[in-house]
Amino acid sequence: MSDIILETRGLTKRYGGVHALTDANFVLRKGEHIAVVGDNGAGKSTFVRQITAVEQRSAGQVFFDGQEVNFTGPLEARESGIETVFQNLALADDLDVPSNLYLGREIIKFPLGPFSILDRKAMRERTLRALEATAVKIPNVDNTIRNMSGGQRQCVAIARAAAFASKLIIMDEPTAALGVQETAQVENIIRGLKDRGVPLILISHNLRQVFDLMDRIVVFRRGRIVASLHKDETDGNDIVSYITGVKGGSDASYA
Amino acid sequence: MTGITAAGLTGASAHRKRPAELNVLLGLIAIIAVFELLGWLLVGQSFLLNKQRLMIIILQVSIVGIISVGVTQVIITGGIDLSSGSVVGATAMIAMSFAQASTGPAPVYAGLTDLPVLVPVAVGLGMGALAGVVNGSLIAYTKIPPFIATLGMMVAARGISKWYTNGKPVSFPTDSYAMIGKGIMPVVIFALIALLFHLALKYTLYGKHTYAIGSNTEAARISGIKVERHIVLVYAIAGLLAGLAAIVVSSKNLTAQAGMGMMYELDAIAMAVIGGVSLSGGRGSIIGTVLGALIFGVIISGFTFLRIDAYYQEMIKGVIIVVAVVADVARQRKRSRS
Repeated sequence: MSDIILETRGLTKRYGGVHALTDANFVLRKGEHIAVVGDNGAGKSTFVRQITAVEQRSAGQVFFDGQEVNFTGPLEARESGIETVFQNLALADDLDVPSNLYLGREIIKFPLGPFSILDRKAMRERTLRALEATAVKIPNVDNTIRNMSGGQRQCVAIARAAAFASKLIIMDEPTAALGVQETAQVENIIRGLKDRGVPLILISHNLRQVFDLMDRIVVFRRGRIVASLHKDETDGNDIVSYITGVKGGSDASYA
Repeated sequence: MTGITAAGLTGASAHRKRPAELNVLLGLIAIIAVFELLGWLLVGQSFLLNKQRLMIIILQVSIVGIISVGVTQVIITGGIDLSSGSVVGATAMIAMSFAQASTGPAPVYAGLTDLPVLVPVAVGLGMGALAGVVNGSLIAYTKIPPFIATLGMMVAARGISKWYTNGKPVSFPTDSYAMIGKGIMPVVIFALIALLFHLALKYTLYGKHTYAIGSNTEAARISGIKVERHIVLVYAIAGLLAGLAAIVVSSKNLTAQAGMGMMYELDAIAMAVIGGVSLSGGRGSIIGTVLGALIFGVIISGFTFLRIDAYYQEMIKGVIIVVAVVADVARQRKRSRS
């Protein structure tokens, strides 16, 4: 068994005549944290959407955990152990923290079909443990998400992913809308995931963050992967050259 | 590993909102206080300290109250049900036609008189649930707005209730059917139904998913909740409760008529909205709706008590509904700004 958790070969997505993603060859090893960077419209989010099956790819193959996968939807991807922190959070504002963490996978005390009785105590306790494990501080988990700050909401979304991800977490710009302290907290969670050996793909515009936290940096430009560099063999200026197209031809391909 | 104690993260708990139900309860108490005061000033007697009046207050809202328990759940999913009043009319006619005693003149089905009470009850609940399933399926699978789907059902069901006997009332139920809505039975049934669905919303998967769908349908879908199926279930329950209300009201009145349940849908929606159920979905509770129903009952009884003309009652009822919705919209705006 290899140490590769996720691999894409020739992953391609076209929207009509627009080539949003072309021939993406990507490898993520177990325990590895990879940053995906690139300009707006470079294909980062498109790339992630093909992996999590939010959209169906036009061509190419995806291998996850040793076998080729063809997820029909994000739920299937989640069931195989891929958790995604979506840009739009995907939280239910009117529910409290445990309800959001366990949305769609509630713990049942007594099965009665759709009227199954919830084990609220167990969900609350495990929520507190999950928050503790990810070092997320939420003053009152019984509050609805609506009454929380952007940072707290993001932390809930990340704690949800971290609590359930057995194999891979994907985060799409988790700190884009956050303040300094809140960003620090999210980064702390990411470090914790690294310590726990959970592989992670982070889409980010923040190069400081990328160099601080990630092992490898994959650069997208115009729908193609133009570079895949270990953070020790590159620097900020180098990455920016790839992002802007100063470096790296459009025909570059990395395995 | 040590967590970062971010000062900015603790602020939210400070302005934790008072639960909406408490505001409704305070509103109820305030309204009662006003009537009590006016009672002593204008009529020379207590409004509240009158057992008979208290009973009437609850009794007159309990049938629409049963409907509003179902409507509350529909509104929490972000929908609306305009059909419940007409469904009451149609199911009352149909259920009653299976509840007729052989001693009455000209039964609808001459060969089907004196049936066990279970038959008309099952027919009534079944017809109500069927109407709900049609509503829910239209909304979930054709994606037409709930307002339009249930408006169609509202008109169609009223048509059915008139067509069923060519407009003739259906009367003379068996004694056992007449027991269902006798005396304080409507209040008992309303209380049981309210309790049952309070528990279902609060403690079961059903409730969690109902709130989740109304709060963020996409999040619910991504999380694996079968949104379409759940919506059909919620509308089916609302229809079933309209059917139950039809049984109770036709039993209580010992007759079913094509015009029965007229405007019940609006009263039921009003009770929910007054009770703090948000028309934009995701928020509200059965406790709130029960309090909303009581406010409704208190106002109607209060006006009668003060001998205010029935026309004014309706006008003021309309004003109260609008005020409740304005309050809800104002709450929303305040929240989305923060």
